[in-house]
Amino acid sequence: MFGYGLILPALVLLTCLVAYPFGMAIYFSLSDYWVGSPGPFVGLTNFREILGNDVFRQTVQNSFLFTGVALTLKTALGVWLAVLLARDVRFKRVLRGAVLLPWVIPTALSTLGWWWMFDSLYSVVNWTAIHLGLMSAPGPNWLGQSNYAMAAVIVVNTWRGLPFFAITVLAGLMSIPREFYEAAEVDGATSRQRFWHVTLPLLKPVLAVVILFSTIFTFSDFNIVQVLTRGGPVNTTHLFATLAYQIGLQGGNLGQGAAISLFLFPMLALVVFLQLRYIRKE
Amino acid sequence: MTRTASLRRAAWWRAARTYANLVPFVFFALFPFYFMFVTSFKRNAELYNLKAVPFWIQTGAITDHYAFLFQKTEFLTWIKNSLTISVIAMTVSLAIAILAGYSLARLRYRGVGSFGTAVFITYLVPPTLLFLPLSQVINWLGLSDSIWALVVTYPTFLVPFSTWLLMGYFRTVPREVEECALVDGASRMQTLTRIVLPMAVPGVVCAALFGFTLCWNEYIYALTFVSQSANKTAVVGVTADLIRGDIYYWGSLMAGAVIASVPIVVIYVWFLDYYVSGLTAGAVKG
Repeated sequence: MFGYGLILPALVLLTCLVAYPFGMAIYFSLSDYWVGSPGPFVGLTNFREILGNDVFRQTVQNSFLFTGVALTLKTALGVWLAVLLARDVRFKRVLRGAVLLPWVIPTALSTLGWWWMFDSLYSVVNWTAIHLGLMSAPGPNWLGQSNYAMAAVIVVNTWRGLPFFAITVLAGLMSIPREFYEAAEVDGATSRQRFWHVTLPLLKPVLAVVILFSTIFTFSDFNIVQVLTRGGPVNTTHLFATLAYQIGLQGGNLGQGAAISLFLFPMLALVVFLQLRYIRKE
Repeated sequence: MTRTASLRRAAWWRAARTYANLVPFVFFALFPFYFMFVTSFKRNAELYNLKAVPFWIQTGAITDHYAFLFQKTEFLTWIKNSLTISVIAMTVSLAIAILAGYSLARLRYRGVGSFGTAVFITYLVPPTLLFLPLSQVINWLGLSDSIWALVVTYPTFLVPFSTWLLMGYFRTVPREVEECALVDGASRMQTLTRIVLPMAVPGVVCAALFGFTLCWNEYIYALTFVSQSANKTAVVGVTADLIRGDIYYWGSLMAGAVIASVPIVVIYVWFLDYYVSGLTAGAVKG
């Protein structure tokens, strides 16, 4: 009984403010629901309309491109950075602190800084590239051209997510017993071979968890795109969350907005499934 | 002699290569902050001069952008709102999570496994999936456009996270210690508050730090549930209210971003090790 009593507040909260709104999201998505005027049940009309909408199709494409590229970059750079930080270097604590900083500062605010760095006229990125002779003036309009805008949001997402990968992978690296490396060294393995045949296989469990986590949070990202591009130019950087915000809140069409955000659910379900299966196996 | 010298040289080269590889990462991580900081002290004439070198201040540092922030905007109110919301939401969530975490980590009853799974699943639900229906729930509760809308909704992501984190810490407390106390006649609640909680202090500190940070940094709920300027949080106030039409006040925008990040940076520098352990425990121990 005591056990139930202790968990009750948490359960009540999560039922009322997570499970119930989730049910409401489904109900909204199946009805013609507008801000201030609850409408009738319309079945799958919202979904049908969304799927026939070019902006939505573009959003699906953007989301997979954004998540795929950002995740790859974060994984590769994160492992590399973790390997560097695991070495015997001085100022270890300061280095870790510096590298983790982008993850701690409010994302919406640091993205403002990136916005200024990608400004159409005063971009410091372009200024530097032009003065180094890497670019001819005036350089790309980062947030005004679709491919560049996508590159910009991916860069900022990678910048923000990299510390999470690096620090967790570093913890994974620290837990690998030294004997493994010594044994590999005795067998004459080069440092590259040690990385591919000792480090990476032993990191697999940690990497799997980190990648799964990051998948759902990258896929459902809102802050970076909302501040940097608002989904533009011409919807080429919209993600599910920003499109749902635009249609459901700014446009007032809660039904369609809810239907769009529900497209995050299959990805969530997949990640939960894999995580649970993985934890059970442990 | 020559052997040790060559070994030493090899070690030196190795270290040099490591640092050379680390420099780009550190630069990438820190440059945006440096640039925001520098921008916030520049004169407008320099800021919008295409010929000026953007990396440092050439024509003297000014504090006008900061003065603008404090005199012409509701910046101080936003900071106060953020503090109030973060402290209350964090404290309430921590209390709920300590009870739930202890229950899930230590007590045996029917359904404890599935409750644990349920908490874990809610931990993974992104706020962007729920913000539309939650905005209606907030309406029905009569909390729309007030800071209480955020105090009520922030525990939805704080409680699952903190519960999950604390469960890990509670499990490290040896069962025997608890059983001794129970044999001596302490109640379950007493063993929790007197024995288990003091031993799990690092976990509680960690959960509190993360809770505060997550609240302070939250964006989509704060943007959605509050529209009146006087009720905004620092993050939303700076990103939304300092931008008027097509005119960007880059200087004060950067000044606002810098100051609104200061509380987090201070806590972070002070408790860096807790952040590192919380980050790895939250994700990996799970």
